[in-house]
Amino acid sequence: MSVAVQGATGKGGREREQRPGLLERLKRSYAKHWYAYAMIAPVVLVLGALVLYPLVEGIWLTLTDANSLNVARKIGVNEIPASYEFVGFHNYADILWGPGSYDRFWSHFVWTIAWTAICVFLHYTLGLGLALLLNKKLRGRAVYRMLLILPWAVPTFVTVFSWRLMLSDGGVVNSVLSTLHLPEPGWLTEPWAQKVAAIMVNTWAGVPFMMISLLGGLQSIPGELYEAAEMDGATPWQRFRYVTLPGLRSVSSTVVLLGVIWTFNQFNVIFLLFGTGAPDAQLLVTWAYRLGFGQIPRDYAQSAAYGVILLSILIVFTAFYRRWLARTEQANG
Amino acid sequence: MSTTTERPAPAATAAPAARPAKVRPRGESSPLAKALSHGVLIVAGLIALFPVAWILFVSLGPDKTDYLHPGQILGKLTLSNYQHVLGDTDFFTWFGNAVLVSGVTTVFGVLVAATTGYAVSRMKFPGHRPLMWSLLVTQMFPIAVLIVPMYTMLSDLGLLDSYTGLILVYSTTTVPYCAWLLKGYFDTIPVEIDEAGRVDGLSPFGTFWRLVLPLARPGLAVAAFYSFLTYWAEVPFASTFMLSSDKYTLAVGLQTFVSEHDAQWNLMAATAVLIAIPSAAFFYLVQRHLVTGLTAGASKS
Repeated sequence: MSVAVQGATGKGGREREQRPGLLERLKRSYAKHWYAYAMIAPVVLVLGALVLYPLVEGIWLTLTDANSLNVARKIGVNEIPASYEFVGFHNYADILWGPGSYDRFWSHFVWTIAWTAICVFLHYTLGLGLALLLNKKLRGRAVYRMLLILPWAVPTFVTVFSWRLMLSDGGVVNSVLSTLHLPEPGWLTEPWAQKVAAIMVNTWAGVPFMMISLLGGLQSIPGELYEAAEMDGATPWQRFRYVTLPGLRSVSSTVVLLGVIWTFNQFNVIFLLFGTGAPDAQLLVTWAYRLGFGQIPRDYAQSAAYGVILLSILIVFTAFYRRWLARTEQANG
Repeated sequence: MSTTTERPAPAATAAPAARPAKVRPRGESSPLAKALSHGVLIVAGLIALFPVAWILFVSLGPDKTDYLHPGQILGKLTLSNYQHVLGDTDFFTWFGNAVLVSGVTTVFGVLVAATTGYAVSRMKFPGHRPLMWSLLVTQMFPIAVLIVPMYTMLSDLGLLDSYTGLILVYSTTTVPYCAWLLKGYFDTIPVEIDEAGRVDGLSPFGTFWRLVLPLARPGLAVAAFYSFLTYWAEVPFASTFMLSSDKYTLAVGLQTFVSEHDAQWNLMAATAVLIAIPSAAFFYLVQRHLVTGLTAGASKS
């Protein structure tokens, strides 16, 4: 396959004018697909080299007992070869039902699931509510939109730090609570309050994306549909239920899926809010990072095993989600 | 469209008592509903704004416990934190590194994502479904599985502590989403435009480059915004892969600087504001396109 393919088809076409058979069609489709393949080649190469290969390598690591004391490393000028061994599925067994597996895995698992469900629900409902309001003819809605995108436009590094100051003991949130004579939880120190704080910050940071995506979806629903519904005497609720929601279906299904994936793997909010402390509020992903990078010796094998478990959970979820989507689509006609 | 604004008789009989015959143009709501909407939007806007405004305010207080006594800051507003951060660190080196890394990642990532998105949107080649599927799956990879093998791979290739290595690593995470996003945007551009281009003798790539890309500017703007924002202040990858302090990106450099000076939150606040300024500027440049992108989507319906 070379650049000449495109020209060659033209010439070949003239030579074989009498019998434009299978060969010709194949050639043409090759010429066409050659472009497609050339255009996706950079992505495939980058992803193959930097995702597929490390993934395979990472899965291999999970079957060993690799940690920072036995992998290949350099100390000064001495090269120390890797000395870790193959241990089979020991890491997975240890994580899932080894001693203390509740504290090490299942508590984080339950919290991660709850966190994902609550956050995505709040992102979606708040995002949809605000998008509906922004879609109305209101004075100053450009200003509102700018303000509401703000949490997205400022890096999480910055906003989460600001939240940390606001939520700290004696910070502005607790000052307000104390003037209202409400209890002042230790947002960054008490296990329950930590979880509430994490959900709050992540909701604050994640709503703008949903809002903007859904606003785009709302604006693409033809106005005629609302007019027709109104003529048929549909109440506002009926218009919302039978025009708006079905119109948002494709946008919603995509952003909810992305939201679940991103929230499940949300690293920045927890990491920047609590660092590697706060063992109770660690999601599976930050817990895995902590095993691999936040302790000594660094446990690469277990960390990667957590990663593989995470990935499998997401893939299973996505498969079910898509099947469910396809089924409801069929049911709706 | 404007002819249908008056409420026709059948609708009035369907909801007779609820609202008497007051005719309101479609899309307008009652004054009460309007006031409520404004109220909700104002509250939401303030909640969105407050943490950002707060960090700006705290950064103007000179002492490290000022965030606990915000009232006192008003009396002693100063820019000394900024002076300190700008003067006593390698701020401009780190700033340059961050601009270089996130800038190149953005341009490279968006271009590559655009070609992929276009190919998937327009050419039904064998394997385009698995490709979309794997782009989705790529986003599910938690960094914990990838970071160690990536580290060993980069060190084998001698790309550790180099801009190229970090740029490549960054691209793997933004490109899949951008390709998805742009595929969706290209789908809204009529295929007739491509066909017209082909008839006029442009190559498939020529049609893409000269006709479709300029039309997709709002989509490209969103993708660029997303990439830039994700990596402008990224910490875990950058702090793992960049080893020498003159290669640090802004967020990593400033973080190490601050943690050296035990919890000087006032300095940290100033650095946070400094980090936020470029991304806010980028947002401001792009947001016109974000808005036109959204309204273009609306008129296309």
